[in-house]
Amino acid sequence: MADFDLVMYEEEFKKIEVELQKLYQQANAKVIFLVDKNGQLIASAGDAHDIDTTALASLTAGNIAATGGIARLLGEREFTVLFHEGDKDNIHISLVGQRVILVVIFDQRSSLGLIRLRVKKSSENLSRLFEEIAKKAEKERSEGKFEESPFAEISDEDIDNLFK
Amino acid sequence: MSFINYSSREINCKIVYYGPGLCGKTTNLQYIYKRTNPEQKGKLISLATETERTLFFDFLPLALGDIKGFRIRFHLYTVPGQVFYAASRKLILKGVDGVVFVADSQLERMEANIESLEDLRINLGEQGYDLDSLPFTIQYNKRDLPNVAPLMEMNALLNPNGVPYFEAVAVTGKGVFETLKSVAKQVLFELKKHY
Repeated sequence: MADFDLVMYEEEFKKIEVELQKLYQQANAKVIFLVDKNGQLIASAGDAHDIDTTALASLTAGNIAATGGIARLLGEREFTVLFHEGDKDNIHISLVGQRVILVVIFDQRSSLGLIRLRVKKSSENLSRLFEEIAKKAEKERSEGKFEESPFAEISDEDIDNLFK
Repeated sequence: MSFINYSSREINCKIVYYGPGLCGKTTNLQYIYKRTNPEQKGKLISLATETERTLFFDFLPLALGDIKGFRIRFHLYTVPGQVFYAASRKLILKGVDGVVFVADSQLERMEANIESLEDLRINLGEQGYDLDSLPFTIQYNKRDLPNVAPLMEMNALLNPNGVPYFEAVAVTGKGVFETLKSVAKQVLFELKKHY
């Protein structure tokens, strides 16, 4: 496979949530999402109840992928920040460690300057966390052990049951 | 590239529907959307032109159920089939776990099928994937039309390695879930190999 799968354990997940929560408060944001580059939602902070988070994650990743395509056409490696301004809400999208996408939605209670400042700080911390996660997964992979693998005894029948 | 979350006990996999323009990729997703319980599916997102041709991708998240206490989610994507959307098509393949190639069974579309399959192979290669080692299912769509190529001929042209294939009429749903199930099964067994 081109890339290794992203494997997330409780311990690291908690750390990520803490970091997002911190950013949420310090940046005065409305909602914050962390999305895998392939479009899968990893974590969020703030009130995300009114938002279709799955769709948002997939579209954000599409957005980043398209922007990355444009960057390469222009000879850039990547554009790391995207900003969309709306009437009420704005969205700040940035790449963290080439691996995950940090999405911050904010309104007039915050400002682009504040968001940029706080996002930069948080990105460094998140980037470190994801490095740890990658290292841990690699170690477990090389040792051939994963916490209670859900796949160990997966059977044809299990899969058939999904489609009933 | 799957996302396995031990914290929320979820496994997310990405399946991409590929094929030439107007072969029925979006129709597959629309049928799956129509026939799935509301609690199992998210919104069907279509980034399409005014004439309903796919511009960037269609996206349908499906949560089919649990295996060993883990919620299994499939994210289904289609690519834009039209030739000039090549750059976008490439992007959708990023992080793919399994591929469905939807072939148009009409005789006059055979060349388009071959071209699209070749395009798939090249685009996967650029992302570091090899089609021969990915979970892969072929769907021969539009079998209800009068001018279709015989199955044997299509297999000889498009399926030299003998991967699982299904005859389908996506508008009526024939073969749609069989195709999805086949690729989903391969994806999960592939994960089993690694974890």
